Parts: sequence; C-alpha cells; structure tokens
Amino acid sequence: MTVLLEAVGVGKRFGGVQALKDVSLTIHAGEIYGLIGPNGAGKTTFFNVLTGLYVRDAGELRLAGRPLNLASPHEVAKAGIARTFQNIRLFGNMTACENVMVGRHVRTQAGVVGAVLRTAATRAEEAAIRRAAEELLHYVGIGHCAGTIARHLSYGDQRRLEIARALATEPKLLALDEPAAGMNATETAALRSLIDGLRADGLTVLLIEHDVKLVMGLCDRVAVLDDGEKIAEDVPAAVQANPKVIEAYLGASHA
Amino acid sequence: MALIGCALVIAPLAVGAGLGNAWVRVLDFAALYIMLALGLNIVVGFAGLLDLGYIAFYAVGAYLYALLASPHFGLHWPAWAILPLGAAVAGLFGVLLGAPTLRLRGDYLAIVTLGFGEIIRIFLNNLNAPINITNGPKGIAGIDAIAVFGHRLSKPIDIGGFTVSGATLYYYLFVALALAIVFVCVRLQDSRIGRAWVAIREDEVAAKACGIDTRNVKLLAFAMGASFGGVAGGLFAGFQEFVSPESFGLMESIMVLCMVVLGGMGHIPGVILGGLMLTVLPEAFRHGAGPVQQALFGKVLLDPEALRMLLFGLALIAVMLYRPAGLWPESRHRREMAE
Amino acid sequence: MDIFLQQLINGLTLGSIYALVALGYTMVYGILGLINFAHGEVVMIGALSSLTFGRWLENSGLPGPLVLLAALLLAALVCMTLGFTIERVAYRPLRNASRLAPLITAIGVSLVLQQLAMLVWGRSYHSVPAWLPAGRHEFLGASFTDVQGVIVAVAALSMAGLMLLVNRTRMGRAMRATAENPAIAGLMGVDTDRMVSLVFVIGSALAALAGVLVSANYGIAHYHMGFILGLKAFTAAVLGGIGNLAGAMVGGVLLGIIEALGAGYIGDLTGGVFGSHYQDVFAFFVLIIVLVFRPSGLLGEKVAERT
Repeated sequence: MTVLLEAVGVGKRFGGVQALKDVSLTIHAGEIYGLIGPNGAGKTTFFNVLTGLYVRDAGELRLAGRPLNLASPHEVAKAGIARTFQNIRLFGNMTACENVMVGRHVRTQAGVVGAVLRTAATRAEEAAIRRAAEELLHYVGIGHCAGTIARHLSYGDQRRLEIARALATEPKLLALDEPAAGMNATETAALRSLIDGLRADGLTVLLIEHDVKLVMGLCDRVAVLDDGEKIAEDVPAAVQANPKVIEAYLGASHA
Repeated sequence: MALIGCALVIAPLAVGAGLGNAWVRVLDFAALYIMLALGLNIVVGFAGLLDLGYIAFYAVGAYLYALLASPHFGLHWPAWAILPLGAAVAGLFGVLLGAPTLRLRGDYLAIVTLGFGEIIRIFLNNLNAPINITNGPKGIAGIDAIAVFGHRLSKPIDIGGFTVSGATLYYYLFVALALAIVFVCVRLQDSRIGRAWVAIREDEVAAKACGIDTRNVKLLAFAMGASFGGVAGGLFAGFQEFVSPESFGLMESIMVLCMVVLGGMGHIPGVILGGLMLTVLPEAFRHGAGPVQQALFGKVLLDPEALRMLLFGLALIAVMLYRPAGLWPESRHRREMAE
Repeated sequence: MDIFLQQLINGLTLGSIYALVALGYTMVYGILGLINFAHGEVVMIGALSSLTFGRWLENSGLPGPLVLLAALLLAALVCMTLGFTIERVAYRPLRNASRLAPLITAIGVSLVLQQLAMLVWGRSYHSVPAWLPAGRHEFLGASFTDVQGVIVAVAALSMAGLMLLVNRTRMGRAMRATAENPAIAGLMGVDTDRMVSLVFVIGSALAALAGVLVSANYGIAHYHMGFILGLKAFTAAVLGGIGNLAGAMVGGVLLGIIEALGAGYIGDLTGGVFGSHYQDVFAFFVLIIVLVFRPSGLLGEKVAERT
C-alpha cells in the first residue's frame, strides 16, 4: 500500500493549551481514514493544521512523499488537499454551479487579458470549467440544482455542494470535517453511500466525525485523538475494543 | 442595443440644443464618474473590499497628465501616451497601497484607504516646496487639451455648417472609453477572476480553501480599480485643462462610493445608473432650486447649494432605508430581498 | 522654551479631545459593528449649539465658567436627543442589512447635519468668547493655559466616569453583554435595543463635551469643524483597537501627541523639506504603520480566524 499522507510528531499550542501533542499518523492511498475523539480532543485543530489554516509548532507533514511546508491554505489546496467545513462554508449568493466553478480556480489559469479578450483558449477553458462543475454536481447527486443560489439549498444538499466544490480542486486527499453533523438518518445514509462511492472511484478520504457508527461502518482505519494525543490507530473493530478508547469516551469508571 | 447606441449618440446634440452647452459638460462629467464608479465597483462590489480613498487614484491620473502635458514643466506629451501610463501608474499605486494593507479586516482597510487618500491630497497640496512639483493649492493650469488625430477636442468643429461643440466632442471620447471600461468589467465579471473576487467577498476562508490566492486576487482587484481611476483622472485633467488638490477630497471618494452602493453594488447597470443619477440630479437641482423657490415663495429662502446637499443626504438615507441593496441590484439579490 | 515638553502639553490637550470623540466611535462599533460616520457632526452640533446657548446666558450675569457649564449641559441635551434620533431613524431599520447600507445612511446623516448647521449658523467662522479664565502657567520651561488644564482634567474625569459606569454598574454589565453577543444578552433579559440607544446617548453626550472643549481650545467654531475632527478621532479609535474603550483613550491621546510632536519636529527631521502642514500625513502614516504591524490596533484583541 502506498502512503499518501504522513504526519510525524505534529504539535500545536494555543497559549497555555497544548491542543495537539506529538500526533503521528499515516493515511494510505485509496482508503477512508477516520479521525474520531471526544469533544475538544483536537480533531479540528489537526484539520486546520493539515489544511494550512493554522501553522503547526512542531512535526512534519508529507503528502505523497513530498513535505508539506506551506504557509497558506491556498497552497495546500494546490498541493492536493481539499476540505469541507464543520459549519458549511459556501459562497452563499452564488449558484451551486458557480460554487463548484470556483473550485476549479486552482487548476485553471485564465487571467485578466484572457478574460477581457475572451481568447479561444479562455473560452475553451471556461467551457471545460462549466462542464466539469456540472458533472460534479451530478456526481454528488444535485445536478438538478445547478442554477440554485447556494444558500437556498437544503442542508443536506449544501453538504453535497461543499463536497462537489472540494472535488473540483482535483484533490489527492479529501478531508471532510464532520460531514454528518446536523443530518437526520436518511441524509446520513445518503452521505454514507456518497463517501463509499468516492472510495470506489479511487479517492482517499480523511473523515472527522462525531457519529461513531458512521465512522465504524465506513472507514478502513480509524485513529482516536484524546486530549490532543493519538491514543489508538487501527481497523474499526480493534479500535472499538481498545480499552483506552472506551475510557476516553466513557470516562475511567467504565474501563 | 441599437436603441441605446442611438440614444448615446444623439444625447449630447439634443441636450446641447435644448439646454445649452453647460449641460453637455454635465454629461461629460457623468461619463467620467461612471468610469470611476465602475472602477470602484470592482474593488467594493466584486471583491467586497471597502475603499474610502479611491479618489487618490483619480488624483494620480490627473496630476500625471497635468505634469506631462502643461507649461508647468514645459512637457507636452500626447494624451494617447499619457493615459495608458496613467492607468499603469495608478495601478502601481493600488498595488503599493494594497500590498501591506489587504490582510486587514474590512473596516480597518476602510480607514487605511481613507488615510491614504488624505495623504495623497496633502502631498498634492504641499509639494510646491522646496521643489515645486504640484504647484500646491493653486493647482496646475494651462494643461493641454486632449487631442485626437491632431484635433484639440476643446475646439468645436464644423461639419457641413453644423457646429459640434468641444464639450460634445469630449462626450464622444468619454462615452467611448466608458463603454470600453463597461466591456472590460462585464468580461471580467463573467470569468475565472471575477468568480474568485466574488468568492472572496462571500467567504474568504472558503475561498482560500478552494485554492484561491486571496492576496494576489485582491491586489488584482485593487490594481484594476485603480487603473480605471487613473484613466478617468487623465481625462479629467485634459478636459478641465486645470487640476487642483481640492478636486480630490474625501467627499469625492464618498460620492463615488455612494454611486456604487446607491446604484446596486456589484451590478454593472446599477452602478452606471448610480453614476449618472448622482451627477445629473444634483446639477439639475443646482440650476432648478433657485428659480423654483422664486416662483413658489417670491424669493430664495434657502441657499440652493445647501439645499442641494441637504436633499442629497436625505436621499441617501431614504434610498438605503427602502432599498438597502441599491436602486437596481442584481436580480439574485433582489430575489433575496423579496423573501 | 522647551519645545518637546510644550508640544507634549499641546498634544495631550488635543489628544484628550480626540479620546472623547473616539469613545463615541468605539462604543458604537463595539455594540453594532458600525462606523458611525455622523459622529463628528454631532461634535460640531455640540460646539455650535453650546455657543448659541452661551450667548443667551451671557446676559444673565452668571460668571463665565458657569455660563459655559450651563451651555454645555444644554448642548449635551441637544446632542443626546440627536444621537438617539439618528440611531432610531438611520441605523436601527438597517440592523440586518449589508454592512455598507448603514455606512451610506451614516454619510447621509452627516451631510444633512452639516447642511442644517450651515443653514442655522451660516458659513462663517464663529469666535467663541473666553468663558474660561485665560491664565497661563509656566511649567518646566514650557507653559500651559487654564483652558488646556480644564480640557485635560474634564476629559480625564469624564473618561473615568465612563469606565466606572461600564465596568461597575448593572447597566454597564448589560451594555458589555450586548456588545459581546446581542442575541444571548437578549435571551438573558437584557433589552438590547435600549442598550444600543444608551450607547448612542452616552457617546453623543461625550461628543457635546468634546465640541465645547475643542471650540474653547481654538476659540472658533464653524459648521465644517466636525468632519476632520471626526476623522482624526476615528483614526484614534482604530489606532487603539476599535471596540475597546481603553484603546480609544490611549489612541486618542497618542494621536494627539504624535501630531503635536510631528508638527514640532518634522521640519527639523527632514531638513526643512517637509513642514508642519504635513501634520495630518504624520497621523495617517502612523496609523497605517501600526495597522500593518498590529492589524487589530494597539489594545485590540487578536481575533483568530475561525473556521
């Protein structure tokens, strides 16, 4: 199995709080990797360090063997990590299709001159962007909403749109931050089959999730963070049986 | 389209014949302000960056023209050379201002740009000593009129016994350039760059996560907006044949911002409407207020100039209260407003 | 005469006035996130109306300082009513509109007030009678006037009073809660609309005070004085960290001192190339530099980018 993402000894401190302590993990190409842990365990912090929103204090990150020493989120996106946000962040007043078209920004290059003169190359690129966006909307199952203003979409569809936008950047690794948060059972089931489909199409997924059932059912491997430290990393069944994990979730008395 | 074209061609002739040449000059100014409003619209309307010192770029363009085509330094460059240079220099100023400040939060950016605008004006006011560069508060006079194919536009021409005034000739030039700017804006809006601007306006963090280099894209908006301002400034200098610092105060920046917001931020036709209205209506008022009061009350009760600004202020408040998205917003905004 | 100390005294005087005005900006910004562009005009109305009231009261035979005090109280009443009305008419209906809409109405209000003032008081500069004693005191080779002393003392006292009000009273706590999170404060039983009105009223009272002090300092008042003063005070508020009361005070005093020192020394520093008319450039330059290196102002809290 090829290693896609490697984190070695990642640390992050906010003032007096050590949010991440020496976190190391490896994500293999083509797998769905779950990152779980109780509230405040440092999952989202890890996510933000990974995607360049925070600067880490210690450790190494490597994507497909190349070190990821990037200062800015847009460079991380360019390097091939796309993300969604826990509290959905869409471009609310743009249409669904435009949202996904923005996702193509990093893989296209038309500039001011091309846009103003509308050269043949720009026109071709623009058409390709639109086509790709429409295909992605269909792929995530909201092809019929292409012209809808993003903020008017239903909650579940907004999640799907955010995933489509992330996919538009052609990521090597798709990082989903609690995608099932706030979803009902039907929506969660639909999301599950969408993520399953992503794996079937060869994408690597990092999944942060509260919904343990979803993670256990979906992930190939799971890591557990507690108090900023990784306390377990294994296949779901083994992680579920791990006493340290049970303790972290239920408190010491249950161990 | 053809109808609008015909109207644009006939407008100055009809206005000149019916209302006199002074009104054609008002139309000239309307075209200049529309260029400015469109430039600022890129920064404020598309990219969502609040710029309160936009007029500084207009000033840069105007003074560049004044210095390169007037007896002040004895230089007499042709307009076609100065105007692109003005766009470039103003764009450069935009980048110089933007580079250190664009990471600031919205309102901080507003005050920094406001400060920048004032700094430029104060320098224009005071750079007459120890070396006289700007001629200080007196301004620079005797600027060369803009010449097209060797003909100075300030001079009327005769076509088969029909005299076309200088103001009308300027009108055609300004409208042509304003149309060019509209064209550029429309093309940009519907492009990869335009989408990136709007994405930043909507959610900067998400835009970054989508791989947009927000710093560069914002700088580009600043530079583009500034360069339009620079062109308009050059045209202004050639048209007036005189520039002085008092044309570039904060009030002017605010006026252009009002055109953008009042018309409908981010919506090109709305912005054009805003520019046209805020140039023509106050002017109409200036001419109309005195006589109307005379007719109604038998004397002029209130200073027409004060009354004009008073009503302008009230109009700003009223429009914002009843149409917070502007008079002619983008249809999708209107849809939201309706909800 | 010691130039440094002299300019420090002048700067402190000017800075105290900036601080009073800056408080109005920062309080409104803290609670509504809005730049109240019209605040400078409220200062102007305060100055001009106190002048008018003072002229009425002069004939009553009261001593000068009392005339000024009475005029100040009446002017404060005018300004408080004005501030209250501005918020009700121009800002409250736009509480949920885009950020730019209230900015434009603020500009509209500002224009209206300026033009009304021009219609009432005319275009001319009014000289302000010296109601305060005109004594001058020597102090370590520099000098300060009674007026300057009064300005600094009154400003310091009223700022201390404001701090007590905000930090030590029930009303102040409700105000702070509203600034922190209006929705939650509302759920906790705070009448947030009243708090917003209150902030405008307090800010306007301080503005009236600043108007009286600034016209006493320069001895003149006119309908256009609010604009540049408001601009400077807003700069001061941003310099200190907008939304932060202590920041507004520090920013105000600092800006006053920077300007005064800048005006005093810029000629020497640049070998006479730049003169004291670059005073304003100096102020804005410092602002830009501070913001570039400390984007949230001197005392502003660092706002982390939240995801």
